[in-house]
Amino acid sequence: MTPPPPIPLYDRTIGQLREALDRAETTSVEVTRASLERIEAVEARVRAFITLTPEAALAMAEAADARRRAGERGPLLGVPIGLKDVLCTQGLRTTCGSRILEHFIPPYEATAVARLREAGAVFLGKLNMDEFAMGSSTENSAFQVTRNPWDLERIPGGSSGGSAAAVAAGMCTAALGTDTGGSIRQPAAMCGVVGVKPTYGRVSRYGLVAFASSLDQIGCFARAVADCAPILQTICGHDPLDTTSAPEPAPDFAASFDGDLRGLRFGLPKEYFIEGIDPEVEAAVRAAAGTLADLGAEPAEISLPHTEYAVATYYLCATAEASSNLARYDGAQYGYRARGTTNIIDMFTRTRTEGFGAEVKRRIMLGTYALSAGFYDAYYLKALKVRTLMRRDFEEAFRHVDLVVTPTSPMPAFRLGDKIDDPLQMYLCDVFTIPCNLVGLPGISLPCGLTREHRLPIGLQLLARPFAEATLLRAAHAYEQATDHHRLRPPL
Amino acid sequence: MTGPYETVVGMEVHVELATRTKVWCGCSTRFGQPPNSQVCPVCLGLPGALPVLNRRALELAMRAALALNCRLARRTEFERKNYYYPDLPKNYQISQLRKHLATDGWLEIELNGRPKRVGIENLHLEEDAGKNIHPETPGAAYSLVDLNRAGTPLIEIVTRPDLRSSEEALAFMNGLKSLLQYIEVSDCNMHEGRLRFEANVSVRPAGSDRLGTKVEIKNLASTKIVARCIDHEAIRQADALASGGQVVQETRLWDEARNVTVAMRSKEEAQDYRYFPDPDLVEVVLDDAWIERVRAEMPELPLARRRRFIEHYGLPEYDAHVITADKALADYYETAVAEHGNAKAIANWIMTEVLGILNREEEIDVAAFPISPSGLGRLVRLIDAGTISGKIAKTVFRRMLAGEGDPEVIVRAQGLAQITDAGQIEAVVDAVLREHPGPAEDYRQGKERALGFLVGQVMKAMQGKANPQTVNELIRQKTRGG
Repeated sequence: MTPPPPIPLYDRTIGQLREALDRAETTSVEVTRASLERIEAVEARVRAFITLTPEAALAMAEAADARRRAGERGPLLGVPIGLKDVLCTQGLRTTCGSRILEHFIPPYEATAVARLREAGAVFLGKLNMDEFAMGSSTENSAFQVTRNPWDLERIPGGSSGGSAAAVAAGMCTAALGTDTGGSIRQPAAMCGVVGVKPTYGRVSRYGLVAFASSLDQIGCFARAVADCAPILQTICGHDPLDTTSAPEPAPDFAASFDGDLRGLRFGLPKEYFIEGIDPEVEAAVRAAAGTLADLGAEPAEISLPHTEYAVATYYLCATAEASSNLARYDGAQYGYRARGTTNIIDMFTRTRTEGFGAEVKRRIMLGTYALSAGFYDAYYLKALKVRTLMRRDFEEAFRHVDLVVTPTSPMPAFRLGDKIDDPLQMYLCDVFTIPCNLVGLPGISLPCGLTREHRLPIGLQLLARPFAEATLLRAAHAYEQATDHHRLRPPL
Repeated sequence: MTGPYETVVGMEVHVELATRTKVWCGCSTRFGQPPNSQVCPVCLGLPGALPVLNRRALELAMRAALALNCRLARRTEFERKNYYYPDLPKNYQISQLRKHLATDGWLEIELNGRPKRVGIENLHLEEDAGKNIHPETPGAAYSLVDLNRAGTPLIEIVTRPDLRSSEEALAFMNGLKSLLQYIEVSDCNMHEGRLRFEANVSVRPAGSDRLGTKVEIKNLASTKIVARCIDHEAIRQADALASGGQVVQETRLWDEARNVTVAMRSKEEAQDYRYFPDPDLVEVVLDDAWIERVRAEMPELPLARRRRFIEHYGLPEYDAHVITADKALADYYETAVAEHGNAKAIANWIMTEVLGILNREEEIDVAAFPISPSGLGRLVRLIDAGTISGKIAKTVFRRMLAGEGDPEVIVRAQGLAQITDAGQIEAVVDAVLREHPGPAEDYRQGKERALGFLVGQVMKAMQGKANPQTVNELIRQKTRGG
C-alpha cells in the first residue's frame, strides 16, 4: 500500500513544519518559498495581501535556518506568518486598510510583532482588513476586496478578512489578527479556520493601532488548534509599555491537551439560539455540542439575559473610544494630508473627509455623539453599566459551566455587496461574538461543518473564563481531533 | 478704582513638574533642546502608542497636594479631554475631571500682617502640549510645531474665587511659587514657562454674595503682569456695568504692549471636550502607606524654615520672613553665612543690596545673580576684619556685580583697603582742622553737625579709605580734648 503523498509544505501545520525542520527534511527557506509559490498561484484571486515582502521573508528564513544550524530550536523558528495591517511593523508600511495611512511607515514595532520576530518567525507581508478594523466583511478596506477562498464571490468576514483568507488558502501557515467585536472569530468561521481571541490584557496592545482601547485584542489564525498554542505562548505576557497589559504570565497553553473532556461542563445559552440563525448553522453547532458530550463533557443549561443589549452597547462603547483614538489622523505629522488647504481647520477637515472611508466616518460621528455634552450619561455611561451587567451574566453562567458554546456567526459567508448598503444589518453579524469582547473573555472559533448546498464553512465558538485559554484550547483540540472538519480545504 | 464694585478673582495655575522624564513616556523634559529632539512614539501620538504613568510625577503631584492641605483621592482616574490643535498630537489631552487627585485645600497668605486662606478647589495631574511657533513674516502660509514639551507633566491648581484684589493675587502667586519651590516640585521658572497663571476676574456690587460674570484672562507672562491685568480688567468691567452695559463671559488676552485686555478671536459656544475615562490607563489607588511615604519625603516647608532662621541664626521675624520668601534666596543666605558667620550683617546685605538688584526684574531670579553667596560672605568678612569700611564695601559690591571678581582681588587691585595707621590719619586730621578752623570751632562748641563735615573732608583727602572710627576719635580728641 502506497503511503499518502506528503502534505505540501504550504499546507502543513506549525507542528508538522517543526518536525520536518527539526529533522532537517526541509529548511525554512524551502518552506517560505513554498508559501510564496502558493501566493503566486492564488493571491490574484483571493487578494489577501496589502503588502507582500518576499525578499524580506526569504532573508528572515535564511536567518532562521542559520539559527537552527547553530543549534537553536523553537516552535515558530522559520515558520511563515502573515500580519494584519493594523499592527505596526518597523520600517514596513502599515496602512490599517485606510487611505489616511496609505504611506505610513512606522518607526517602531508592536510588541507582539517583536516577540514573533525574536522567536524567529518569517513575515510574509501585511494582510488586508476593514479600514481601522471597522467592519465584518473586509469590504471597508480602502484598497481591495478580499475574497473567501471557499467561494470567491463571497466575503471572507472581517475585519481580519485578509488574515483568515490567507490561512485558509494556504498562503500563510498562520497569521495574526485583531478582535474587537469578533474580528478574528467571525472571519475564522467564514473561512473555515481556527481563530483565537485571548483574554483582554493577555497580549500587549503597544503598537496595535487602536480602534476601541477597552475591547481590542491581538490573536491568531491557524489551520489547527494546536498551532495556536505556540503563537499565543510567544505573544502573551505582561508588557510594561501597555498599562492595560495583565500581569498574568502565559502558561503552557497546550500542556493539558488530551482527548478526554470528562470533568468539563459546557452550556449553550438560550438567548443565542433565536430566530434569524441559519438553520444549518444551528444544526451544526448542536451536533458539535453532541460531540463534546460524547467526549465526556457535561452539558448544562445557561442563560445570559442581557445578550440582547450587546450590539447596542458595543456600538456605543467602541465608537466612542474610536472617535477619540482616530482624532490623531489630521495630516499634521504623518499620513495623508489634503492639498491646497488655507488654514488649520480646513486642513484637518479636508484631510479626514478625504482620507477616511464611509464606515469609519459613520462610527466617528456616532461615537462623538455618544460622548457629547448632554448625552454622555444616557449613552456612553449607560453602555459601561450594561457591560458590568453582562459580566455578571457570564460570572453566573461560569458558576455552572466551564465553557459557553455558541455559533460564531448567525449565517455563513454572504455574497460580496449583500450587506454593504445596510450598516445595521452588517452590525448584526457580530451578535454572538460581541459579548465576549465586552466582558474581556477568551474565545475561539473552529470549523464544525459545511453548508450543504454551497459548501460554506460553519464556525463553532467556545468561550471560557478570563485567563482560561488552556481550557478553551483543550476542549477545542479534543473536538477537532474527534472530527474531520479541520482536514477540509477550499476548492482553490 | 472700581467704585461701588468689589473685585473677585480666582486663578488657574499650571505647574510643570521637576521630573527628568515626561508623564507618559521616558523622553527627557530638558528645556531648550533642538525642536522635536525629545520625542518618541508615545508623546508624538503615533498610531499604536500607549501612555504609561510616570510614578515620580504622580508623587510630586501628591506632595504638592499635601503641602496645600488638600484631601487626596483614594482612587484617582485619568480622562481624555478631546479637542483639535496642532500642538496636541493625539488631539486629546490626558487630564482629570471627575476623580481629581486632590480637592478642598488652601494656601495661607499674609496681607498687611493679616493671614487669609485662599481655597484650592482641586489639584490634578495632566500633560502639557507642544509649542506652536508662528513665523514673523506676515501672511506666511505655515506654522512650526515643536513637540519637545508635549507630554511634560503638569499639575493644574484651581483656586476658589477667594481673592479680592491684585495685591491678594500677588501674595497668592508669590506664596504658591515659594511653596512649590520649597517642596522641590518645580523650579517655577516663569521665563521657561514652567509656571503659568490664568486669572478669572469678575466684579459685583460691594456686599453682594452672588458672583458676577467672569472673564478668563490668558497670556500673562509674569506675576507683576497678572497684577496689572487684574486691576485693568476689574476697572473695565466696573465701567461697563456702571454705564449700564454687561460683562460678556469670554476669554481675553493680555496685550502687554498696550496694557489692555483684548477679546480673543470670537469662538462660537463653549467647547465640548467630551471627557471620558481614558481606556488606555487604569485607576490609581492611593493607600495610606503610600501617602505617608510621600509625606515623609516632604522637604522643609517655608514656615518651618522661617522658624529655624529665627531660632538658629537669631534673625528677627521680619528678616526671616523676607529672606525665606524665596527658596533660592534662603539657600543663598545659608551658603553665605556658612562662608562667614555674621548672620545679621549678611541678612542686612541681602535685604538691602541684593534684593535691591533682584527686585528690578519682573521675577526674582537668584540663580542669575552675578555675586556668589560665598563671595558675599567674604565681602562681609572684609568689613568685619576692618579691612574696608561699610561704605567702601558698597563700591566693592558694585564692582563684583560688574564681574570684576572676588572681593579681596578688587580691594587689592583698586587699593581700597582701609587705612588704619593712626599716624597717617592723624596727619590728615591735623591738616583738615587747620584748613577749616570755623567748623572745628563749631564742633568744639558742641555743634554735632560740624563733625560730619570734618569727617567728610578727611575722607575726601584719603579717598574714603580712612577707618571712620579712628577719624571720628581723632577729631574729637583734637577739638574737644578726649
